[in-house]
Amino acid sequence: MALTEQEILAGLAEIIDEIAGVPADEVTPDKNFVDDLDIDSLSMVEIAVAAQDKFGVEIPDDQLKDLKTVQDVITYVHKNAS
Amino acid sequence: MRLPQPAAGARILAFGGYQPDNVVTNDDLAAVMDTSDEWIRSRVGIASRRIAGPDETVADMAVAAAGKAIAGSGVSVSDIDLVIVATCSTEAPIPNASATVASRLGIVAPGAYDLNAACAGFCYGLANASDAVRAGTARHVLVIGSEKMSAWVDPADRSTRIIFADGAGAAVVGPVADPADKPGIGPVVWGSNGDLADKIHIKDRTSFLFQEGQAVFRWATTELYPMALEACQRAGVRPEDLAAFVPHQANLRIIESIARKIGVPRDRLADDIIHAGNTSSASIPLALARMTERGELHAGMPVLLLGFGAGMCYAAQVVTVP
Repeated sequence: MALTEQEILAGLAEIIDEIAGVPADEVTPDKNFVDDLDIDSLSMVEIAVAAQDKFGVEIPDDQLKDLKTVQDVITYVHKNAS
Repeated sequence: MRLPQPAAGARILAFGGYQPDNVVTNDDLAAVMDTSDEWIRSRVGIASRRIAGPDETVADMAVAAAGKAIAGSGVSVSDIDLVIVATCSTEAPIPNASATVASRLGIVAPGAYDLNAACAGFCYGLANASDAVRAGTARHVLVIGSEKMSAWVDPADRSTRIIFADGAGAAVVGPVADPADKPGIGPVVWGSNGDLADKIHIKDRTSFLFQEGQAVFRWATTELYPMALEACQRAGVRPEDLAAFVPHQANLRIIESIARKIGVPRDRLADDIIHAGNTSSASIPLALARMTERGELHAGMPVLLLGFGAGMCYAAQVVTVP
């Protein structure tokens, strides 16, 4: 069964907490990774790899650079989940 | 046809390391380019690195490191019959560094070759040395990783200049004398991902090193830990029993991530990169030499090595500290 956007957000918040130490309740859809959550490009790669393991959706490096906000990742995962 | 008498196994007899005198701190770099101490530490984990002098060569550094390894090994130079220099940064392709290095060390007429597996080179050399000793084609092998990466780095490129550095490390490999004794160099797990070779390259002899940082980071943190675990499994050593994990000192965040995935606690992860930078093939033997000198490693301890780098070559093996 396809994941809802809410479920993706919850899973993503867990990943971001683990990798970047950002408390899960601070991870909201409107947040910008760089400006709001202080997450750099290498952490974004780690988040993408963890998201692939969790959601089964690959996020290549050339797509990753366009995913600026938490909502961008949720939309990408939601759209590409099989 | 007769074949040479094989040895029961091979082991490392001693390590030696050499770093140039010139210390370049993050603040030194921040004075000449758009970067900062905080930025460099958070991205790559480096506080300072050593840079060779303009006239200091790959061979000079190799001789310095190897001299210490030979002195510590108790082996006479006349007993060394093979010299391998792992390097990807020599000043010129001919002659090789290894024959010159051997001659300068007083090793007469050994087999001598350079080996380019980039940052994985030392682990490849160690595997070759172990096999040569076991097969009986060499009795004692000098394996050296020596690099002058600064010569190939664009001084204006902050993404590479903050990372790469110069230095050398060496090991003397010899036979396990008594068949009842355990070998000190475990089976190598090695390979390459040439399909990703463009991610780290130098286009031609007049070009600088190019590295696609994110792609390398993704490859290193996802593809390599299974190789490291397989090396442990094939050596019969559990990751939790390792005294240390000494990966190529590529980037502190990469090696911390690999260590977590293998299950090696942070205090057993070699972090020589903090004050040595990324010295490519030299980083593993240099770290081993410095950790042994500081008394952090003792004889008989099992240590996991993992080299990885350009060509997307990798090699892992468990070794016993001499």
